[in-house]
Amino acid sequence: MSLNFISPGLLTTIQDLGRHGFRKAGVSVSGAMDPFALRVANLLVGNEEGEAGIEITLKGPKIFFTERRLIAITGADLSPALNGQPVKGWRPLLVPEGSILEFGSPMSGCRAYIAVAGGFDLPSVMGSNATFLRAGIGGLNGRALQLGDSIPCRPLPAKMEAFLRSLTRAQLEQPGAQTNWSVDLSLHVAYHEPQQIRVIKGPEYQLFSEQSQQDFWGMAYQVTAQSDRMGYHLLGTRLALAAPADMVSSAVTFGTVQVPPEGSPIVLMADHQTTGGYPRFAQVVSADFPKLAQLVPRHKVLFKEVTLEEAQALYIIQEQNIEKLRGGLHFKTHI
Amino acid sequence: MRKLQESDIPAVRLYPLGDAAVVVHFGDVIGEETHRQVRAFVAYLAKHPFEGLVEYVPAFTTVTVFYDPWRISRKGDLNPYTKVTGFLQRMLPYAVGDGKEQAPRLVEIPVLYGGEAGPDLPFVAELNGLREEEVIALHSGQVYLVCMIGFAPGFPYLAGLNPKIAAPRRESPRPEVPAGSVGIGGIQTGIYPLPIPGGWQLIGRTPVSLFNPDSTSPSLLQAGDRVRFVPIAEGEFYERKELRHEP
Repeated sequence: MSLNFISPGLLTTIQDLGRHGFRKAGVSVSGAMDPFALRVANLLVGNEEGEAGIEITLKGPKIFFTERRLIAITGADLSPALNGQPVKGWRPLLVPEGSILEFGSPMSGCRAYIAVAGGFDLPSVMGSNATFLRAGIGGLNGRALQLGDSIPCRPLPAKMEAFLRSLTRAQLEQPGAQTNWSVDLSLHVAYHEPQQIRVIKGPEYQLFSEQSQQDFWGMAYQVTAQSDRMGYHLLGTRLALAAPADMVSSAVTFGTVQVPPEGSPIVLMADHQTTGGYPRFAQVVSADFPKLAQLVPRHKVLFKEVTLEEAQALYIIQEQNIEKLRGGLHFKTHI
Repeated sequence: MRKLQESDIPAVRLYPLGDAAVVVHFGDVIGEETHRQVRAFVAYLAKHPFEGLVEYVPAFTTVTVFYDPWRISRKGDLNPYTKVTGFLQRMLPYAVGDGKEQAPRLVEIPVLYGGEAGPDLPFVAELNGLREEEVIALHSGQVYLVCMIGFAPGFPYLAGLNPKIAAPRRESPRPEVPAGSVGIGGIQTGIYPLPIPGGWQLIGRTPVSLFNPDSTSPSLLQAGDRVRFVPIAEGEFYERKELRHEP
């Protein structure tokens, strides 16, 4: 069983929850830009939530399935269609043998995820299947997917057989059977602009001028076309230090808002460098990474301050929601 | 290991980097003493990891400790940051080393200087009023300290460059620097492990690979190592080009 790429889309990569433990060797964590969406996609097909899936950006690929397979599509709504029929996201979908899955216009957000029951049969690099484009490692030969690529899949897990049989009956009435239930819509974030992104003040916040500190909270920033998996460049009020400061390079992470000397903030994303020497103005809370990941160039974003305690409470609520979801799916799918 | 008295403990600041990391800040001075504190702390943390620790990144004057707030909160504590800083605070008095640390590893890096391998060698020489051979002698006549690995996989920040061969970064970075390029940026020197954009002045290239994803230790160099550059001839460069590092 394999997925064959008839067209690759704009930027389609294999991602999991990242390569951990190697930041001290200068290796980025990488992994899904919207980790919540990937985790849910995996849970919907009976995989471990950290299994590798496909990350699609804005313009989706066209994929041919050599065999029948259970999949789930989550994240952005990029108008998925199976054999020409629109299909819905955030639920299990049975793809018959010889099907073609393709994508149309982006309706909301920009990154969608496909998880395939059983996962992909790919070699892991430093404990992960995440594609880290700059170093050329992970995923399929360390690069974005191309026309003609074929991704081998592992066999379907036995525990999904019962669930699959229930879907197969429904399939008699329609090609490409989907469940009539989906993940609770309140659990996943709305991807419409203008987005409010919650941040904690960064370690160097106090070094910025009072004017810059005020401006940052009050004004909208625009995501520029320069943005990629490494970082989002923001256009808006420039931020200035109160006095020149000599910074010593130190660790940065996903969501760090750093400000280079010219003053336009950069939000670091999944493929960010491990260390940096620019002042760190703010830090996006982990629970808002999904919102951040779905921003499209030209989208406007407003930053809202929360405390560290609030950020950690949001983190814990998100993990509790995942646990609830896992329990609910167990009930629904007899996994 | 001797537990130090309160007065022996250097002023260390702890502050959050977002909701899943703590920075342990040993000061703002880059130097041997701060570096020794960073190394000792990392060594202690590696031996005594706490439940929920994800990883840590040593830098010039800081160690950033990444943790999983969810795993820590499961233990009934709804304030993971307070709990983690508590762990780290309690470690600090012990994590100062005992003066009996192993001698640092000295890694020799063969370098083909000048020519196509080091297109900016003439610039660095002229800028400093030196002949190219003098730049090579000064660059390779020094033992450098690997302060940290960062920026890119396996990229070492080296301290110890002779100020006589310092050179400013290029006005605009090269879109792609060949892997193994040895460069000078201000009073720093370093080696590009991968073909990536870079703004340093390139004076040579090493045939040794600094980053090997298939190795158990993917970065050839680690913070704390010492490095010496050894000039080699073109023939040797190509002979050694195929060598992969495997400690």
